[in-house]
Amino acid sequence: MSVDASIDKRGATSSAAAAGEVLSFRSAGKTFADGTEAVRDVSFSLRQGEFLAIVGPSGCGKSTLLRMASGLSPETSGQVDRSVRNIGFVFQDATLLPWRTVQGNVELLAELDGLKRSRREALAAEAIRLVGLEGFEKHYPKTLSGGMRMRVSVARALTTKPPLFLLDEPFGALDEITRGALNEELIRLYASEGFAAIFVTHSISEAVYLSSRVLVMTPRPGRIVAEVTVPFDYPRSPELRFDPRFSSVAGEVSQALRQGYE
Amino acid sequence: MTSGSVTPTVIEPAELTLDSRPRRQGRLKRLLIVLGPPLVTLGVFVGIAYLVSYVILSPDRRWLLPPPHDVVKNGLLNGQHLHDQLNALWDTAQVSLAGLAIAFVIGAATALAMSQAKWVERSLYPYAVIVQVTPILAIVPLIATWFGYDFTARVVVCVLISVFPIITNTLHGLLTVDTQLHDLFKLHGAGRIKRMLKLQIPHAIPDVFVGLRVSAGLSVIGAIVGEFFFRQGTPGLGRLLDLYRAYLQTDLMMSTLLFCCALGIASFLAVGLIGRQLTKDWYEEDNR
Repeated sequence: MSVDASIDKRGATSSAAAAGEVLSFRSAGKTFADGTEAVRDVSFSLRQGEFLAIVGPSGCGKSTLLRMASGLSPETSGQVDRSVRNIGFVFQDATLLPWRTVQGNVELLAELDGLKRSRREALAAEAIRLVGLEGFEKHYPKTLSGGMRMRVSVARALTTKPPLFLLDEPFGALDEITRGALNEELIRLYASEGFAAIFVTHSISEAVYLSSRVLVMTPRPGRIVAEVTVPFDYPRSPELRFDPRFSSVAGEVSQALRQGYE
Repeated sequence: MTSGSVTPTVIEPAELTLDSRPRRQGRLKRLLIVLGPPLVTLGVFVGIAYLVSYVILSPDRRWLLPPPHDVVKNGLLNGQHLHDQLNALWDTAQVSLAGLAIAFVIGAATALAMSQAKWVERSLYPYAVIVQVTPILAIVPLIATWFGYDFTARVVVCVLISVFPIITNTLHGLLTVDTQLHDLFKLHGAGRIKRMLKLQIPHAIPDVFVGLRVSAGLSVIGAIVGEFFFRQGTPGLGRLLDLYRAYLQTDLMMSTLLFCCALGIASFLAVGLIGRQLTKDWYEEDNR
């Protein structure tokens, strides 16, 4: 029963997106009201359960691209199609509500979606367990470290069991060590939950480590200039980062980024 | 060399006592640092008062600045006078508290309306500024004409004088919510009302208290100032001051003034304390 339900939720396709795709951009662009062109002529599609990374320098329109993907910021040219409505958005900052405890924060989305209290609590408990924050339910965000706050933020997104995750440089503000640990956790969650994801970052190694495909963006206006396939199987282990094949893929991305500037 | 290995065991207990002593001394020192300078200032002013009262003023003109102990003796230790002043204090406290409560309701409601649409803010804000900059004494006669000369009129003065900081601070709190959080709420279908209730209002609470703290002091001022014009109903501190002035009882005027200050300070501290208690789990203490 539960398997059927989840398939139904994730597989719900609209006529616009092709079967098996959760998201597609077709020559999509975004020009703001003040005339600034943030994103130009972007085309790509995302299959169910695929992990896509977008790499680009700061201010290249990556965040705008994610807002377009989520529907928060409608495209001004071309077309963006989504076959799913339930999207897990993880922002640059943990964006927790300081007046709610960890439990209250993780329950927020289920609450906004109008779920019953018992269901909310069950979903929150599961999500808190998945990110390894048991025992911190009653803590306020103020008392948590940056890494733990980010885990709460991820747990909050997990409660709705979204088939599509949009992650906007979620670990950018964290130190290298915490960032590495959270990368491991994300890989683990991805392997167990099987969502599709777009992960925006300006770290090449983070992008290569997490994704199976890297899109390279250049700024002003943001365009996709290269696509690099990452051939490694999941689940991935931290040792992969020191594999020569990893370096060669990272080098390819790096080169594409540099070419984008020329 | 050998003493070197012995010393630690010898010194340890001494270190323990040394360790606890600086801490106690530290606390005393801090207290002295906090309370010392204002107490010295107070001493200097009391000294100047005595100097003026006994050296500069001749005995027949001493009533102009009575020596501080006369203020304490006649104003605070005389049963009848103390009774009068405490009654007046209670009356003024009621007026200013009622004024503050109403200013809070009106101010918060105005800020909520302004936060919902730019045009509401544009239509109301200039008038909020006008209310703020108009000298309160200039409107008092008009308020008397409309609301009479007792409790209601006095409360209206308090509201007018204390509403502005509540409006501006609440509005600031409502409008400075992270756009990412608005996005998150929108993604889950939360409309304006839901976002206002679950996001903007809780986010604005610390700012509301910043405004309330300023307004609490202003409301006390309004309650006392208004009384110089409104002379019906039970007398408050303002009317008592005016009464003592009429009889040239400078010592009682001064003791009443102390009560005015105490009421202002108490309101300010009380509002601050409530605000801190409410939000202490949410944010780090502001440390200067």
